[in-house]
Amino acid sequence: MENNELNKNILIDAIRQSFTKLSPRVQLKNPVMFVVFVGAIMTTALYLLSFAQINDEGAGYTLAIALILWFTVLFANFAEAIAEGRGRAQADSLRSARKDVKARKLKSSADVAVYTEVPSSSLKKGDIVYVKSGEQIPIDGDVIEGAASVDESAITGESAPVIRESGGDRSAVTGGTTLMSDWLVIQVTAEAGESFLDKMIAMVEGASRKKTPNEVALQILLIALTIIFLVVSATLLPFSYFASKQAGAGTGISITNVIALLVCLAPTTIGALLSAIGIAGMSRLNQANVLAMSGRAIEAAGDVDVLLLDKTGTITLGNRQASVFIPITGVTEKALADAAQLSSLADETAEGRSIVVLAKERFDLRGRDIKALGASFVPFTAKTRMSGIDFQGQQIRKGAAEAVKAFVLANGGDYPEECQEIVKKVANDGGTPLVVARNNQVLGVIYLKDVVKNGVKERFEDLRKMGIKTIMITGDNPMTAAAIAAEAGVDDFLAEATPEAKLALIRDYQAKGHLVAMTGDGTNDAPALAQADVAVAMNTGTQAAKEAGNMVDLDSSPTKLIDIVRIGKQLLMTRGALTTFSVANDVAKYFAIIPVLFFSIYPQLMGLNIMGLTSAKSAILAAIIYNALIIIALIPLALKGVKYQEVAAGKLLQRNLLIYGLGGLVAPFVAIKLLDMLLTVLGLG
Amino acid sequence: MSQVIIVDGLYLVILVALSIPLGNYLVKVMTGKRAFLSPLMLPLERMIYRLMGIREEDEMSPGHYVLAVMVFSGLGLIFVFGLQMLQASLPFNPENLAAPSWDLAFNTAASFVSNTNWQAYSGESSLSYLTQALALGVWNFLSAATGIAVLFALLRGFIETKKTTIGSFWVDLIRVSLYLLIPLSLVFSLVLVAQGGVQTISPYHEIVALETGITQSIPLGPAASQIAIKQLGTNGGGFFGMNSAFPLENPTALSNFLQLLSILLIPASLCVAFGKAVGDMKQGRAIYLVMLILFVGALAAVTISETIGVPLVPGVLDSGNLEGKEIIHGVGTSALWGTATTAASNGSVNAMHDSFTPLAGLVLMFLMQIGEVVFGGVGSGLYGMIGFVILTVFMAGLMVGRTPEYLGKKVEPFDMKMVCLIVLVPPVFTLLGTALAVLMPQASDWLTNSGPHGFSEILYAFSSMGNNNGSAFGGFAANTVFTNVVGGLIMLIVRFVPLVAVVFLAGNLANKKMVAKTEGTLSTSNALFIGLLIAIVLLIGALSFLPALALGPIADYFTAVI
Amino acid sequence: MEKNRSESMVSKLRPALVSFVVLTLICGVVYPVIVTSIAQIAFPNQANGSIITVTQENGTTIDVGSALIGQTFTKPQYLIGRPRGTSQLSPVSEEQKALIQERVAWWRALDPENSGAIPSDLVTASGSGVDPNISPEAAEYQVDRIARVRNISAKTVREIIARYTTGKLLGLWGESGVNVLKVNLALDGRIQ
Repeated sequence: MENNELNKNILIDAIRQSFTKLSPRVQLKNPVMFVVFVGAIMTTALYLLSFAQINDEGAGYTLAIALILWFTVLFANFAEAIAEGRGRAQADSLRSARKDVKARKLKSSADVAVYTEVPSSSLKKGDIVYVKSGEQIPIDGDVIEGAASVDESAITGESAPVIRESGGDRSAVTGGTTLMSDWLVIQVTAEAGESFLDKMIAMVEGASRKKTPNEVALQILLIALTIIFLVVSATLLPFSYFASKQAGAGTGISITNVIALLVCLAPTTIGALLSAIGIAGMSRLNQANVLAMSGRAIEAAGDVDVLLLDKTGTITLGNRQASVFIPITGVTEKALADAAQLSSLADETAEGRSIVVLAKERFDLRGRDIKALGASFVPFTAKTRMSGIDFQGQQIRKGAAEAVKAFVLANGGDYPEECQEIVKKVANDGGTPLVVARNNQVLGVIYLKDVVKNGVKERFEDLRKMGIKTIMITGDNPMTAAAIAAEAGVDDFLAEATPEAKLALIRDYQAKGHLVAMTGDGTNDAPALAQADVAVAMNTGTQAAKEAGNMVDLDSSPTKLIDIVRIGKQLLMTRGALTTFSVANDVAKYFAIIPVLFFSIYPQLMGLNIMGLTSAKSAILAAIIYNALIIIALIPLALKGVKYQEVAAGKLLQRNLLIYGLGGLVAPFVAIKLLDMLLTVLGLG
Repeated sequence: MSQVIIVDGLYLVILVALSIPLGNYLVKVMTGKRAFLSPLMLPLERMIYRLMGIREEDEMSPGHYVLAVMVFSGLGLIFVFGLQMLQASLPFNPENLAAPSWDLAFNTAASFVSNTNWQAYSGESSLSYLTQALALGVWNFLSAATGIAVLFALLRGFIETKKTTIGSFWVDLIRVSLYLLIPLSLVFSLVLVAQGGVQTISPYHEIVALETGITQSIPLGPAASQIAIKQLGTNGGGFFGMNSAFPLENPTALSNFLQLLSILLIPASLCVAFGKAVGDMKQGRAIYLVMLILFVGALAAVTISETIGVPLVPGVLDSGNLEGKEIIHGVGTSALWGTATTAASNGSVNAMHDSFTPLAGLVLMFLMQIGEVVFGGVGSGLYGMIGFVILTVFMAGLMVGRTPEYLGKKVEPFDMKMVCLIVLVPPVFTLLGTALAVLMPQASDWLTNSGPHGFSEILYAFSSMGNNNGSAFGGFAANTVFTNVVGGLIMLIVRFVPLVAVVFLAGNLANKKMVAKTEGTLSTSNALFIGLLIAIVLLIGALSFLPALALGPIADYFTAVI
Repeated sequence: MEKNRSESMVSKLRPALVSFVVLTLICGVVYPVIVTSIAQIAFPNQANGSIITVTQENGTTIDVGSALIGQTFTKPQYLIGRPRGTSQLSPVSEEQKALIQERVAWWRALDPENSGAIPSDLVTASGSGVDPNISPEAAEYQVDRIARVRNISAKTVREIIARYTTGKLLGLWGESGVNVLKVNLALDGRIQ
């Protein structure tokens, strides 16, 4: 309901915009449509001259041509306006978040009590402000003190608050978001007008939309074609006059018809839709909750042929699951399972829960109430790297091999060779070994398995068909990484990845001529992000990461990269397909117009009138009506983008050539014939 | 008909067979490797470099390269113009021919420097032996060498990465001349003489005609040496006015065959050289195939139209269209020649194109109008076709959702600008030239034919000059101040604007890094791409010229007297 | 200072000027001189226009033409070649049709007895306008007339024609041609 309302508003606004965009200054930005615009003015002038008895063609016919040309211009304006409208709707909701608020500017971060109240718009880079629970964060900045939960729904649309705290990778805050708890001291990183929100608004509105290299290249081609057609049409005036003199029959063609021919031939379809396609591409990206810092980045995404994907979250489910208990000699599997279960009862991590589940599955060991047992839980800390339980004088621990080894040795036990072997084997198989010990005795190993996400293998297969290489980035050791890489079907992997290694990998691929895309969130990712051709920073990431990247993923979803590539390709494909369609259309238009155009000079040329059109007027009217209507008909396609498939380039080309090339050849034959029949029936021909 | 197919087929087989070794040889020469003629030519080459004060390894930036080409061609333009104007007072003028008019001399100078060889003059009645050999003969060589040099500059753009230079024009120019054009011409001209081609500095020979007893003069001159390079260098300017239809220029069936072969030999071998130079023979083969397919299609159309397209006159045997054709060349090889000379930007004729049937004339015109890219001029044909390839790659690349790339080089706005100049300039100036001509009040006085064929004569003339071909519908009176001046300017513009664009394109490409080849890379050598490239070449040509052609040869066809 | 600049200008132009002069000399002097010298030594007749010289009754010689340049023949005792000059007309035009009809009428008037179809090369002009050859069919068309006017046998005429007929190259390439001037010289007994 609300959506409908919105669409209606966009539509009404777009219609209004279609007229305001008639200003010559706006028209001049699109050379192809400017030619139509001038044509419309000229035919209108010719119509007006007919009142002064200066007739180029019949007054009614000239008026009809002029009107159709005006509609052609309006339709093109409408296409652009509707694409912009969708962005503007997004921008409006963002803008509501960007209110000028009072900010408490601190002298120094040491004393939050000493402040001056200033409007947020006057804050400068490096200023320090203090924000309390319930207040809006005035401007982009880095948290230098405190920790708080922040509602970022205004930007991300995600309602769950996120934690922002000083230090580490979650220190960046965005102006316009709201503090839900606690307080923060923030150092300003962007001044008013250039903040993240400002950039975002400008981006979705299309205001700062710069033409991308491919778009510029295409525009050059379209201008070149328009120049050719301008010359082709204009020279027909002297040609036809000369021909009629030579033949001693007929008359040269009228200026009205020359203009009509020019408009038919000029690539108006793509010319009218070009900017709409670009804006819509940006919108699609926004809808995917990705904010691109430039259109260039979206296009580059289409060209990417190496994807660096983080293992966790992208290739595997975020959490590992226990799959096997491997006891050492002298311990039964059940005893190991029992101890493992006990140690995990209070462990709320996914891994811990999966151990409880496995124990139940294998030996029907039911969950026990830790309190009833009188046991106390020892939680995992980064220092001990173990968790477990103290229970009836026993200390049961599970954890990384090194940590448990140290624990056992400290308790006076020894760490058996056999356990070491098992640990090694599990790691080789791509699993994570958790060693379980009771007091000074090692019981065995829990095999934690990385679970590869459903369908990723097929997805990578598709990407490979398109020539995109996937590279898994993981902190795991090479053995583990290799096993998971094989299971997930990635082309390559980088194990024990450090920021330096990532950077080196990207440089290496780039040197070989590849375009590399990656996602990153931490400050230590910043150099690699800056190096990558397409760098998607997680919105949860640090300011440094965001600035280094050329896109921000508001959802912070690791699989987003693949969607971005799709959107990038779709953008280019839509342009290519509509250009092909537009140019292919000209063939039918020639067959419609040329025979009738020279009918008076060489009636024999009607041999070319294979469409059997009624008269010169009906044929030309039909052709330019088609030319105008096809713009409207293709707006949905321009906004939605052409269908995208993950297949090899050759196949994709074949498919698109068939649809848009051959289709572009045939469609106007049918449509112009039908319009001609309609005009004839209506007696307008 | 079946014999024509065999003969044409055999011609193409021999052409392809010869083009492969020649292409490979040329790459060796142009990359400074030792080749067959090195022992002979290397000392001479080095000596010339020393005289010029250059080093072989000094390369040029694109701007420098362009400057060198322009200065060199500018010198040529002045020299060819000057020598004509002064010929009356210079030696080797046994017929005491006066200087041509300034506009004709300008037109001829522009024509030969631009590798067009449009001839508004008739050699035997206008130019002295000195002018022919020292001005026109020399620029037959040098304009051809310039085209090939620029092509190799472009190839370096594809081969090099992150480089700001594209080779040296001087080195390219001298190597092409010494290792390719001069030796081939030397051998070829002697074969032509053996067949009956004239080669002398004696004055015209007087004879007494058998039946009439009237004294006539047989025009002579150092012709064969110039004819050899006119064909090899896709120049096409005849020593005599009637070009290779004139028996002293093309005496026998064998000379006819060899001249035909030499029209396409170098342009064809450059396709091979291209594949070899960029290290992917498939790429050269693809372009070669595109040219061959377009050529065979055109040849079939011309041959069929010439065989069956003439009206029957009662009491006359039907043997195809023999008007304007020499009997020993016949309809078959005249159709082949017509197709070859307009496909390549050669422009020499062994039959009168004006008297070709309307649809055959249309095909000949169209081969020029698509920008002389079906073999085309030496060097210029292939670089023009590469322009179309980049255009095709651009469209195809967009359609598969990638920034277009060709041979590992991304196609970016600057490249597109240059490609548009390469592709756009010839049709625009062809149309504008034709339009200006028909606006001249005396235009209809220049024509031999009436009706649509009259318009065809003008359209053909400006298609020929506007694409540096040089052939003509002979009924068009070309030696007027208007056509000499406007045509001369057009020939220079359509030669040098695309040429400069090619050099800057080369520079821009050379400066790029190489993009890796993946599954997502569009093949530019498979059947789909070949088909698409053919379609785009034909489409751009058709869209630019269909209306004009409708008023010329198409109307001619529909209004034909049957 | 001034001198320096002009010197650097010259040094910049030196490669252009030197290559221009050197290549002009090689391509415009050395090359044609070599070709002309070899041609004059190895193929003097061809290189000088394939002139046919005959000895007259008084013992002097006369150049009667070039084997490669057609001459005008109109008398019935001669083998008559193709129309001189070239029309440059469209073969489907009214003008060309009229021209051909005019030539057909000329041939009919020349030899009213011959009602056979006229080979088209006899009513169409060549490209050079001086085609030295006609097709064997066109020669055959004229055999009876020549024999009748000269009062010799058709067989003799055919023999002479056959002697000056060149076949296709390798039996494939191009077309056969009969050299009109040579046939007529032979008919007149001036060459063998």
